[in-house]
Amino acid sequence: MRFMMLIHHDEAALAAAPKQELWADYGAFNQALAKAGTGFTAGERLAGSKSATTVRVRSGKNTVLDGPYADTKEQFAGYFLIDVPDLDAAIKWAERCPSAKYGAIEMRPIETASQ
Amino acid sequence: MATASEAARMAERVARESYGRLVAFVSARTRDVAAAEDALAEAFATALRVWPAEGVPRNPAAWLLTVARRRHIDAVRQWQARRADEEQLRFMADELNEAPDDIPDQRLALMFACAHPAIEPGARAPLILQTLLGLNAADIAAAFLVSPATMGQRLVRAKARIKEAGIPFRIPEREELPGRLDAVLEAIYAAYSKAWGEIGEAASAALAGDAIWLARLITHLLPDEPETQGMLALMLYTEARRAARRGPEDTYVPLEKQDPGLWDDSLIEDAEALLREASSRGASGRYQIEAGIQSAHVVRRLTGINNWQAVVALYDHLRELTDSPVVALNRAAALSELESPAAALAALDAVADDRRLVDYQPYWATRGHLLALAGRTAEARQALTLAIGLASDSAVRNYLRGLIAGLNEASDGT
Repeated sequence: MRFMMLIHHDEAALAAAPKQELWADYGAFNQALAKAGTGFTAGERLAGSKSATTVRVRSGKNTVLDGPYADTKEQFAGYFLIDVPDLDAAIKWAERCPSAKYGAIEMRPIETASQ
Repeated sequence: MATASEAARMAERVARESYGRLVAFVSARTRDVAAAEDALAEAFATALRVWPAEGVPRNPAAWLLTVARRRHIDAVRQWQARRADEEQLRFMADELNEAPDDIPDQRLALMFACAHPAIEPGARAPLILQTLLGLNAADIAAAFLVSPATMGQRLVRAKARIKEAGIPFRIPEREELPGRLDAVLEAIYAAYSKAWGEIGEAASAALAGDAIWLARLITHLLPDEPETQGMLALMLYTEARRAARRGPEDTYVPLEKQDPGLWDDSLIEDAEALLREASSRGASGRYQIEAGIQSAHVVRRLTGINNWQAVVALYDHLRELTDSPVVALNRAAALSELESPAAALAALDAVADDRRLVDYQPYWATRGHLLALAGRTAEARQALTLAIGLASDSAVRNYLRGLIAGLNEASDGT
């Protein structure tokens, strides 16, 4: 089954992380994802939550807010897609993701037509 | 000779066993536990009604399937059939046509799915009880002291989660087995301790039997795991004393005052054998050590030989494995016997600030008892009063009231 792995970073912890090591780990992780086959995509990385703008439309009226959707310590920071037999296999990939050390990885199954 | 009621109970066990096997077998393929239960619900209810009265059919699983299919055909005729049922029934039929006497046993995989880390801990034991034994939400709710509606929702949510989150039905790999097995054992043991804590309730006595049945099942399915044997041994030691912990007029009788003649010797023998086998496999885990402590209590009461030193040493060992303040509490009680109540109270002071103990009834009961022994009457009365306030069992409350009355007499006499 396909999962999107949503990366949520603690931006403060990430800022303090040893960058060279982190990007080297990410390079290796992305190579491992690419090697794993179809249905696996290397992650897209988002710019920091300070750059976010949030839009809502209510009763025809739109509001545009400066900042991310939720003002939490851990912020949505990127994602990657995997295609694995079950949740346990997905958990293994989440554990391998270098971001797991600096925040949380949320695993969400991709909705399929039959469900 | 089995009596009629024993035969009826046996028939019910077989019905639950066959039901659990079918649910496990089908949901391992479809990952849809709720649909597997639905497809079998009426057939299972019929079996629970008919088998105890008329006897168990030669092939219980095939009987359940035949009845389930007949209902399904009726439902199709009335345009009330659901596609999910059809799929479940087809899976069962495929297998039973090939091997009518023996469908593959997937119950262990089902247990691991129910106690998966992605399932909320409070739902794991109820989920195992429902899917493997076919207990209904109302009975489980009664045993776990929550409302049937709450329990029903919890179970529905957990089953939906198994299906939607992608939780696998399989026995974990060797390297991840210890952690995952802990969760399964914890769920089964939680069901047992629930049943042991709430004494006198019919729902609890039945739950204790069910938990032991599950522990026997997992010991049979995973024969090489010493902790499963340790857990079953622990349950059997405890269960062996069930009759002895109640005196005339349903009074509470603590371990040291129990009549060992009322203990169930055959359960104790089973427990001893299991513990010996578990110990011979090497490394001891939490359940084996706790079973070892129970074994020491049994030996002391039967032989009169003081072995509190060994008990305290076992608690020390247990404390290395867990930071549970409950272990520290039980160790202090044993230390009181080995050294003095004052030494035990000094040891308890080290955990007195633990927030987990604030509303833990046995903590206040033990503390009050130790304070009484140490002659600190006023503090003892206070602790025992708290223990009464936190107790849910009236026999325990009466027992504690008796201790307080004893305090009053002692202080009046001086």
